Amino acid sequence: MNAAAFLRMEGITKKYGGTTALKNVSLSAGLGEVHAIVGENGAGKSTLMNILSGAIEPDLGSISLGATTVTIRSPHHANSLGIRAVHQEFSLVPQLTIAENILMGKLPTRGKRHIVIDWPKAYEKARGILAELGFAGIDERTRVFRLSVSQQQVVEIAKALAEKPSVLILDEPSAVLSKEELSLLFALIRRLKAEKTLILYISHRLEEVFEIADRITVLRDGEVIDTVMCDSIDQNDLIRMMVGRSFEEIYPKRTTKIGKEVLTIHNLSREGEFSDIDFSLHRGEVLGMFGLVGSGRTAIARSIFGADPPTSGSIEVDGKVLRLHTPHNAVNTGISLVTEDRKRDGLVLTGTICDNVSLASYPRMSNGIFLNRKLQEKLVEEKIRALALKPQKIKAFVKTLSGGNQQKVILAKWLLCNTKVLILDEPTRGVDIGAKVEIYHLINVLVESGVGVLLISSEMPEVLGMSDRILVMCEGRLVGDISRDKASEERILQLAAGVSREADGLNIALSGITMEGKA
Amino acid sequence: MKTTTPLIEKTRWMFKIRSSDIIFIVTFAILFLVSSLLLDTFFTARNLFNISRQIVTNGFISIGMLIVILAGGVDLSVGCTVALCGIMATGLQKMMPTPFAILVALAVGLFIGFINGFFIAQLKLQPFIVTLASMGVIRGATYVFSEVPQSPVDPLFRSLLGGGFIGAVPVAPLIMIVFYFLAWFFLNRTIPGRAITAIGGNKEAVRLAGINVKGHLILAYMLCGFFASAAGIILASRLGIAQPSVGAGFELDAIAAVVIGGGVMTGGSGGAVGTFFGVLALGFIDNLLNQFNVQSYYQQIVKGIIILVAVVSRRKS
Repeated sequence: MNAAAFLRMEGITKKYGGTTALKNVSLSAGLGEVHAIVGENGAGKSTLMNILSGAIEPDLGSISLGATTVTIRSPHHANSLGIRAVHQEFSLVPQLTIAENILMGKLPTRGKRHIVIDWPKAYEKARGILAELGFAGIDERTRVFRLSVSQQQVVEIAKALAEKPSVLILDEPSAVLSKEELSLLFALIRRLKAEKTLILYISHRLEEVFEIADRITVLRDGEVIDTVMCDSIDQNDLIRMMVGRSFEEIYPKRTTKIGKEVLTIHNLSREGEFSDIDFSLHRGEVLGMFGLVGSGRTAIARSIFGADPPTSGSIEVDGKVLRLHTPHNAVNTGISLVTEDRKRDGLVLTGTICDNVSLASYPRMSNGIFLNRKLQEKLVEEKIRALALKPQKIKAFVKTLSGGNQQKVILAKWLLCNTKVLILDEPTRGVDIGAKVEIYHLINVLVESGVGVLLISSEMPEVLGMSDRILVMCEGRLVGDISRDKASEERILQLAAGVSREADGLNIALSGITMEGKA
Repeated sequence: MKTTTPLIEKTRWMFKIRSSDIIFIVTFAILFLVSSLLLDTFFTARNLFNISRQIVTNGFISIGMLIVILAGGVDLSVGCTVALCGIMATGLQKMMPTPFAILVALAVGLFIGFINGFFIAQLKLQPFIVTLASMGVIRGATYVFSEVPQSPVDPLFRSLLGGGFIGAVPVAPLIMIVFYFLAWFFLNRTIPGRAITAIGGNKEAVRLAGINVKGHLILAYMLCGFFASAAGIILASRLGIAQPSVGAGFELDAIAAVVIGGGVMTGGSGGAVGTFFGVLALGFIDNLLNQFNVQSYYQQIVKGIIILVAVVSRRKS
């Protein structure tokens, strides 16, 4: 394989102050290969890819493309060498059209001085690129802010591919894609592979890695643990290589007795989002909720919490009907919501750990309006200690924390206000496996103390590993309520794709996920 | 028993100071020293008290501005509020006892803030646009109330507030310092203060924590209106006359003071102590430029550059 290698990174080392982000990392890959890079958050995947795409310079080490050794000076330089990266954070301008975003910096012009933009030609070109990628359905004149997140991802990829790069870096491309879109993306990757493009695929989701990659390089703590052929290893071994932990240790067993009903939902509807939802949640229970993107899972969570009030139906907590559907009332009744996007609507990034943890509990820490700081610090300290949050300084700013620790700050916030019903919407998104295990452990501790947990997730292993009972959503309707012992991955996916009747949809849905746990 | 390490770091105050603060303090000290050496008239009790009286107007406005900037907004109508409330507190003395006139003027300030806050919080409009519009309305209303300058009827109005002295020490700056302490306390030690600061950081997170975002935003603008009104009353008292044309550009000085003091226009960061020093710095610069007989046009250029330098030095790398 090495003989055919097109890209060779050798002895790459990068230090930030005292910490070593990458230590003597070597990686080689050939054209026409899909090479996955896996590892926990902080293992150095992003740093390595940022070096390759010219965003940062390595302290030591060399990079060669084909036969020539190169020094990549800037992202622009990387582009001209044929290296393009699609990052998790989009680089699109929302107010501009799809075409203008795809062709940014290279819009076709007319006239002698090349000042006047040739719009018809630009649209045609953009349409051509989109069609070539298999996304012919999108109007290239649509402004990007009107698109869904997954459509934006498509535009982002189209932008990267507009110049036919020889090396394409995909950094967590699946995070925002639905299963259908993911299968389109995979089809595209296979086509690019056939056209001799080298694809570096970074992902948290090991199922995807197994489906699409030829070889896998595992990073841990800034070092390469190994590079393996995809078919010579199974998922459990891979996880062990990444974290030194097995699958069983990730989802620890619970022996909690399930108690009385704490949350009862009757005929809950919100126009345009979901309708006639009925279910109940018990004390000491983890109720999983699975559904594809757009199935209404998040909308239900937000409705129960009062963030986007329901249009009809009732919500009961401990047998008492909630009259006002506002977050304020929900918090007072003991419902809490950990939202999907913690930076957008979970954290006050300009604030400290203390500010954030206190946010929902100010009435408890004050006599009317004056803050009792001794009490505040005592309460916050208790929770921070209970959650084993690592930089244990309550005056540290949350923007300096890792994703896992930020999530713990949010959990601490809700633990502090004596929650009875905890709604978790994708609680482990963008969190490394180490922190994931800690969050699962926390959920178990909470459940043991009698809290009812509604766990919304699009990660099948998480739903199956954590839940006592599983709700399945499809197109705004609740299509399944299955107990853990009767649930199987196939059954859940069938329901979620709404394919008891349509056989095609099942194939689409299944193509995105390989059979977890059987590996 | 396991021993637990304390989570609250007992940092001494001196370790909380950032390098940008040090630059600020050192620059300030050098400026102070050099001016004292070059000008005999600078470091005199008379001049210092003079400066302290001059900064009171901007000092009061800046407290309010700090609160709305912390909440992620801005208030451009404060300069006009200064004019309207100053002229009302002065003019109304002909019809009612002075304390009532002052109370009416303060109430008007609160009302202006309420209207600004209502449009911004309830109707979700941009603070810049809303307060730009109210700026025009208030200026117009000021001329409707009185086209000509008003002189206070009550001699006490002059001698107690802007013109009052305890010994040689002017009263108004003392009141201002008390209000800065109250603002610090409000922002750091009360629930509404913390809520307003958090709103500037992430409005949605605060809403989802069950806190009333709209109410707190309206409160922030009401406080801003209140402080602008107080500034107007004290200014009229100090000058002994209230002009309907006063206050143009005051909003910019207040924004500058907040930003020089470490405030950030996107909200969530900044504080009363920093703003106080921002006000002080601007006051000294004004005074020095006057003492060195710099023409007023050049003064504006110098001030603009100083604001830029201050902000650049606070820039995060």
